Amino acid sequence: MIETIRAAFVIARRDFTAIIFSKSFFFFLLGPMFPLAIGLAAGSLGQQVSQDIDRPVIGVALEDSQSAKLVSARAALVKNLGGAALPELLLLSDVNPADPDIQTKLDTASKPLNAIISGSLEAPLLTGSQRDVKRWSGKIALLTETALAGSNPVKVRTDFVAETDSSEQRARLAIAQGGQIILILLTMILAGMVLSNLVEEKTNKIIEILAAAIPMDAIFLGKLFAMLGMALVGITVWSTIGFIGISVMSTGIPALAAPAVGWPLFCILMVLYFSMAYLLLGSLFLGIGAMATTVREVQTLSMPVTMGQLLVFFLAAYTVTKLEEPAEWLAVIFPFSSPFAMIARAAQMDNIWQHGLALVWQGLFTLIIIRFSVILFRRNVMKSGNSARKKKLFARMRG
Amino acid sequence: MTSSEQEIFPAQAEHANVPVNAIETRNIIKRFDGETAVDGIDLTIKRGSIFGILGPNGAGKTTTLRMLLGIIDPDEGERFLLGSPDPISKAHQVGYLPEERGLYQSMKAYDAIAFMGALRGLPLAEGRRRGRQMMEDHGLGSAADKQIRQLSKGMAQTVQLLGTIVHKPDLIILDEPFSGLDALNQGKLERLIRAQTDKGVTVIFSTHVIAHAERLCEDIAIIANGKIPFAGKVSTARDRLRPQVHLETRNLDGAWRSAIPADCEPLGHNWHFTLPENGVEPLLRALIEGDAGIESLSIERPGLHDAFVHIAGEAVAKEMDDNAAMHNSGLGDAI
Repeated sequence: MIETIRAAFVIARRDFTAIIFSKSFFFFLLGPMFPLAIGLAAGSLGQQVSQDIDRPVIGVALEDSQSAKLVSARAALVKNLGGAALPELLLLSDVNPADPDIQTKLDTASKPLNAIISGSLEAPLLTGSQRDVKRWSGKIALLTETALAGSNPVKVRTDFVAETDSSEQRARLAIAQGGQIILILLTMILAGMVLSNLVEEKTNKIIEILAAAIPMDAIFLGKLFAMLGMALVGITVWSTIGFIGISVMSTGIPALAAPAVGWPLFCILMVLYFSMAYLLLGSLFLGIGAMATTVREVQTLSMPVTMGQLLVFFLAAYTVTKLEEPAEWLAVIFPFSSPFAMIARAAQMDNIWQHGLALVWQGLFTLIIIRFSVILFRRNVMKSGNSARKKKLFARMRG
Repeated sequence: MTSSEQEIFPAQAEHANVPVNAIETRNIIKRFDGETAVDGIDLTIKRGSIFGILGPNGAGKTTTLRMLLGIIDPDEGERFLLGSPDPISKAHQVGYLPEERGLYQSMKAYDAIAFMGALRGLPLAEGRRRGRQMMEDHGLGSAADKQIRQLSKGMAQTVQLLGTIVHKPDLIILDEPFSGLDALNQGKLERLIRAQTDKGVTVIFSTHVIAHAERLCEDIAIIANGKIPFAGKVSTARDRLRPQVHLETRNLDGAWRSAIPADCEPLGHNWHFTLPENGVEPLLRALIEGDAGIESLSIERPGLHDAFVHIAGEAVAKEMDDNAAMHNSGLGDAI
């Protein structure tokens, strides 16, 4: 065991330094900036386009006095509901409220109209496409009722109290979901890299030297921990940049409700569960990737592996609101979803012992996967001769 | 040796417990996808010897070496490396150069040597020191700080060989070490192997070039189709064939003809035949007393190649010669 740990350290040290001191690691650190920048740009552009497109205008073909009441009613309601909640009103003063061909005015007004309200406030007629009429009839009814009532909007007084049980529950649920999403995203981004981790050794023919010198388990463990180390370095850098960015761009870190186990322990558990999720998926990917002999084979494997990851994440996400129900227990016990389910528990349940148990279980399963991968690897990959090399990827995986 | 002596002289204590044989296998069998790659091999290799495993490509040499090293396990049978049934547990005492050479391309040369030593338990700092020194000793001092990708193929091969011995192993296993080397560098490698055995190190190498085994080894194993038809001393293998007589006589007939095998026909005045069972003396006497008129006479002991053909069969020998010719066509790398 000591020899395995020593040998794993030799491999981990080589891999870690080789990655950290490579030029490509700088680009790896910059990696998340690109989707973030693209996301921000696309988001703001989309919002702008949405605002431009989704600004409905309703034509008003009523008696002048009634039109004025309707406009006043809108102004009053906007104070409480906001401008975006109600359509704009365009007065069509030259249109007869009883015009039987009112629909012809939809396209001839100074602005494109979604619908026209005509008739009277007491018996309004909304003319427009079925979609627009369905969408706006409720709001127009609210406007006309307010116009007819003529009352001033009520000012709601507010009285803030400390967190209620329900608000605390909601906050913890939000933390659980947020924690899961962060773990899921990080694992998805980082664990997949392990797939190609043994290809270098196989391409460079180094694998045989390693396999003859140290236990194969040590090779797998060393590689896995080197990649975990690299991932943690990346996360530390990104978190630091994010923290500084938030601190500089806003008034500081927003005050959040505490998760059930408290923030310090929750943060520690985030790191631990990320590590376990990484090791679990990483060991599986390493085992699968070890069967591949070329980068092309690794690429072939990427898609089903990503799909598998998503299924696990869906299971964990589905059960976040179903604490201690059978589905949630399944997510807790199933090793690959366990870290995500457990971080949701950390946000919502305050008993700590279960986390120790879960971490041991996840660690144990990691070792089982590594052992199984090693057996497969030794049985199917470390052969000499052409027949071994020619064997198809999935045949190698079947054993 | 007492326990206190063992504390003071750990190295000697280790040697006190060392087994006589570096390698022992008992009926090891390995199958891949239902095909038997190695079929019941028994080997005993003495410590401190140079042992050659001879056979053509696909005969089972690499699979056998991989089983000896613990890279793969035999399906049946037992193997002991330096007395242990778990070869990886003895990895610190073993150096291995695989047939397919490989190093991390971005590593510096001296660091690659140190890394290979570290894999086998040598502290990294000591490995780096030795790596630099060994490269100096082999005339590659100026390349010590270069990345492997910047070295020539031959230099990289040397670096790997030095990495194989940097931790001063007791047993060195080399899989086809001569392939890809020109004659000059094959000679250098032979000297390096001899230098290691002078220090008491056991060297086992596989090859399909019989001449290397003949020059270097006292003991060999011939492997063909996963089996070992012969394992033992080179001289024993050669003794399996009777010496060949090449005789030139002035006369073509006489009483002396009875001393020559009956089916032997002359080519002009030349006779080629296997030395009769009763030896040289009766033959000589018959030739002289029978007035054969000896113009020339030579009695040649068969070489290892002849012995190999005799033991493994002509088809296997031809395959091996073809392998050797193929490898020789890509020579030119330095060591």
